[in-house]
Amino acid sequence: MIEIRGLQKFFGTHHVLKGVDASVAKGEVVCIIGPSGSGKSTILRCINGLESYSGGTIDIDGVHVDHQAPSIKKIRTEVAMVFQRFNLFPHRSVLENIIEGPVFVKGEPRAAAIDHAKELLASVGLAEKIDARPSQLSGGQQQRVAIARALVSRPPLILADEPTGNLDSVTSIEIMKLLPELQASGMTIVFVTHEPDIAAYAARKLLLKDGAVVSDLRQQPMLLEAS
Amino acid sequence: MLVLLERIREYFPILLQGAWLTILVTLGSLALSTVLGMVWAVMRVSGIRWLANIATTIVNLLRGIPIIVLLFFLYFVMPDFGLSLSAVQASILGLGIAYSAYQSENFRAGIEAVDHGQVEAARAMGMGWPLMMRRVVLPQAVKIVLPPYGNIMIMMLKDSSQASTITVAELALQGKLIATSTFQNATVFSMVAVMYLVMCVPLILFVRHLEKRNKT
Repeated sequence: MIEIRGLQKFFGTHHVLKGVDASVAKGEVVCIIGPSGSGKSTILRCINGLESYSGGTIDIDGVHVDHQAPSIKKIRTEVAMVFQRFNLFPHRSVLENIIEGPVFVKGEPRAAAIDHAKELLASVGLAEKIDARPSQLSGGQQQRVAIARALVSRPPLILADEPTGNLDSVTSIEIMKLLPELQASGMTIVFVTHEPDIAAYAARKLLLKDGAVVSDLRQQPMLLEAS
Repeated sequence: MLVLLERIREYFPILLQGAWLTILVTLGSLALSTVLGMVWAVMRVSGIRWLANIATTIVNLLRGIPIIVLLFFLYFVMPDFGLSLSAVQASILGLGIAYSAYQSENFRAGIEAVDHGQVEAARAMGMGWPLMMRRVVLPQAVKIVLPPYGNIMIMMLKDSSQASTITVAELALQGKLIATSTFQNATVFSMVAVMYLVMCVPLILFVRHLEKRNKT
């Protein structure tokens, strides 16, 4: 699904990514873990073209990722992103946040998008918050809305940048419990964290250090083991 | 006292005609400055260097020219180039163009104050630049720019008196004409000041309301 070869990234003279190689197969749940400043978020941002890269290649399902190419728009509609700070649109309701992409980017009928959004909100336990504004929600609720927003376009790949970084430990676990359901529906998930407890929910762990992958571990994911 | 009331009754209709022209010039130039200011601001944040450079040059040029010179240029010089404007048209155009520079800075500051995470979320969804501006950035920027926009409205209302220099018989000029012919300077200019204040007070309250709403 994702092929990263020799990925290099400079911020000015600072060499952040020093030749990252990684492959992610369809349906995998992969965690990129590493200390702050190791470049893990940069990899994620390069994958969906939010960040340009200085060298190497990234391909998603055989399509080359180039943040300036016209193909980037299509890639972004198929690669959903969840952010640490949620980045919900504060001037729109929960429902409007979720249908924004399908209706205004993909041109789907509004009624169908609303029906799907309602289903997703119910699945993340926020059916009653449909008309609320993001500012009226807790951090955990906002992140669940952000996940529903990411899922509404039925993307084959989800990238999550420190999805529990702004949440307490209990809420973090609630968010991570959503992973097996997503994986069961065939989605590929790549998330970034610096917390080993959160990384334990992934079936595969890429350890990043000083801009390079230093280990690639497969493990029994915590939640799947428990269930 | 009765004499004073009699004078007020006599001068008020004339000053009211001037006040209507003041409002007309203010509203006309406000609309023009808003549209032009938005155009300059969008050009500056477009990320296209040559467009941003053109807008920056225009804004700096306009900021460096006094409004009164711009008015003189439009009213007295443009006819030499075959463009004759009425005094009201020239004042609306002059004030609108001059204030577009300040509007532009206000709009640009508002756009740049929108959290960058919002832009990233919109881009990550696949939104192009125009859609992102329309659906995500501008609706949030409007809330930020409204209080300073209200202040610009107040400044424009008061600066509309500069239109008197190119013979627009707005409130200040009407007052001057009455005072010159009657020598009742104190009465006339007190009335002019009160009428400007009456027009400004709703705008001041509007700005205060917006500032309070943004704090909550």
